[in-house]
Amino acid sequence: MTKYEEFLVEKGLFITAILSIIVILLIIGFIFREGFPAMESYGFLNFIFGMTWSPSDDQYGVFTMIVASIGITLLSLLFAVPLSLLCAIFLAEIAPKTMRRIMKPVIETLAGIPSVVYGFFGLIILVPFMRVHFGGTGFSMLSASLILTVMILPTIISISEDAIKSVPYEYKEASLALGATHWQTIKNVLFPAAIPGIITAVILGMGRAVGETLAVIMVAGNVAQIPNSIFDPVRALTSNIALEMGYATGLHYNALFATGIVLFIMIIILLVIANYIHYKKKVVIGGGYL
Amino acid sequence: MNLNRIISPKIAQRIMKGLFWASGIITILILLVIIGYILYKGLPVVNMSFIFSNPIDSGRSGGIFPFIISSLYVTFIAILVATPLGVGAAVYLAEYAGEGTIVKLIRFGAETLASIPSIVFGLFGLAFFVVYLGLGWCVLSGGLILALMALPTILQVSEVSLEAVPKSYREGSLAIGATKWQTIYQVVLPAGIPGITTGVILGLARAISEAAAILFAVGAALSVPISIFDPARPLPLHLYIIATEGISLDNAYGTAAVLVILVLIITVVTNTLVERYSRKMMGR
Repeated sequence: MTKYEEFLVEKGLFITAILSIIVILLIIGFIFREGFPAMESYGFLNFIFGMTWSPSDDQYGVFTMIVASIGITLLSLLFAVPLSLLCAIFLAEIAPKTMRRIMKPVIETLAGIPSVVYGFFGLIILVPFMRVHFGGTGFSMLSASLILTVMILPTIISISEDAIKSVPYEYKEASLALGATHWQTIKNVLFPAAIPGIITAVILGMGRAVGETLAVIMVAGNVAQIPNSIFDPVRALTSNIALEMGYATGLHYNALFATGIVLFIMIIILLVIANYIHYKKKVVIGGGYL
Repeated sequence: MNLNRIISPKIAQRIMKGLFWASGIITILILLVIIGYILYKGLPVVNMSFIFSNPIDSGRSGGIFPFIISSLYVTFIAILVATPLGVGAAVYLAEYAGEGTIVKLIRFGAETLASIPSIVFGLFGLAFFVVYLGLGWCVLSGGLILALMALPTILQVSEVSLEAVPKSYREGSLAIGATKWQTIYQVVLPAGIPGITTGVILGLARAISEAAAILFAVGAALSVPISIFDPARPLPLHLYIIATEGISLDNAYGTAAVLVILVLIITVVTNTLVERYSRKMMGR
């Protein structure tokens, strides 16, 4: 093989490598190309802070959906974070080998189940349950949050477990040697040292919750309103797109792409925060956080 | 801490240990309840004729054969496109690139691609593949979107597995006069194959379970797609449609059960592969 061919191979591989960046630029380009006209003609502030979404009257305000998406996400974190942190510590510190061998595929399977199957389960089991026990239709912010809780568990568990496991062993030894119990060691040494990784885990879980579409559509009720309670139906940003794109034309079509822009920006903000913390994590652990 | 005065550290230790065990058991129970219920309701529906016959009356009765074929078809296209691109990028990152700005950008790019919500992929696919490139609602549009979604998974897992190939392999090959590319092609890639396979299977898992991203790209045909320009309806999309439109609860259970079985098979296969691979690496 000649040097020329070697050169061609390298350049070819380089192109495959920058493809991810090209695709992202294409995604940004096309979403903005289709979505921006709606923001412009309807007014950027009217679009973001408008309270009514009614395509038949040319009303395109997504504020209720922004509130709903954030609300559903925070509520699901409220359930998922304590459970998954306990579970991550359990896996990293407490669980005997057999238990770990059982839990690993369990978590992988939880992560692998298609979101539509979760949505279907929610529709068949959770919604009727909520209807019987809490009144209303059962389609609600709470139902959506509970389904999302299950969906983000594996993300938060596996990343936090890694974070806890990557705390240097000497920290633990030192604490135990000082006479601390295992729980005191976990609470006062391992957990604080793993915090940056755990925050990254929670943010990535948030990203999954904000971006989830079909499972949320199937249980949230999809009414574009600010909920008075967690038992009210809501419509997430993602749901708005999936529900109406099938028949949208004209400004309505563009407004749905604009909804996509809002969603995209929310995810990018989360990613940037996660990256910033991830960056700090190396510095902190290397520099002796304790 | 005030609590320390009320609860002694030893008792706190015991309480927390109980809580940790409870959290692990709750997680297992959640999975068992979901999978158990779906299989309990769905398995009685799943039989040979359900799998191999066409739907009757938009899926009210009959089977899911066209949807299984659709799923396999779009996933096949996705993997066919994403594997060379993902592995190529991984080779570049692991073997050629140093630690410059461009590498950081590429990694950030892959990470971003992995976290873009599926519905945004759906919007992009509609605007780009379906409308701009004029491919229309078809297997190809859907497959290409899924390829973009599987790409970061394949890239990240392959890169890790290539980096795990011992340096001595490369040195040995270079020392006997092989060029860099010959070394990669004949030494590094074969050694990394088990890891790359794992990456491809994980990408496949993502592609086969996706519905939102292809909602506006594959159409919703009820017949078996033959050419790549035919519309299709993969299993998750079919489940979404028959469940939300209340077409047939029994067939929805059956479709969900088939999806769950697919996921279980994929999990078992990846775990077997990873275990065999790590045993091989440990042995050295």
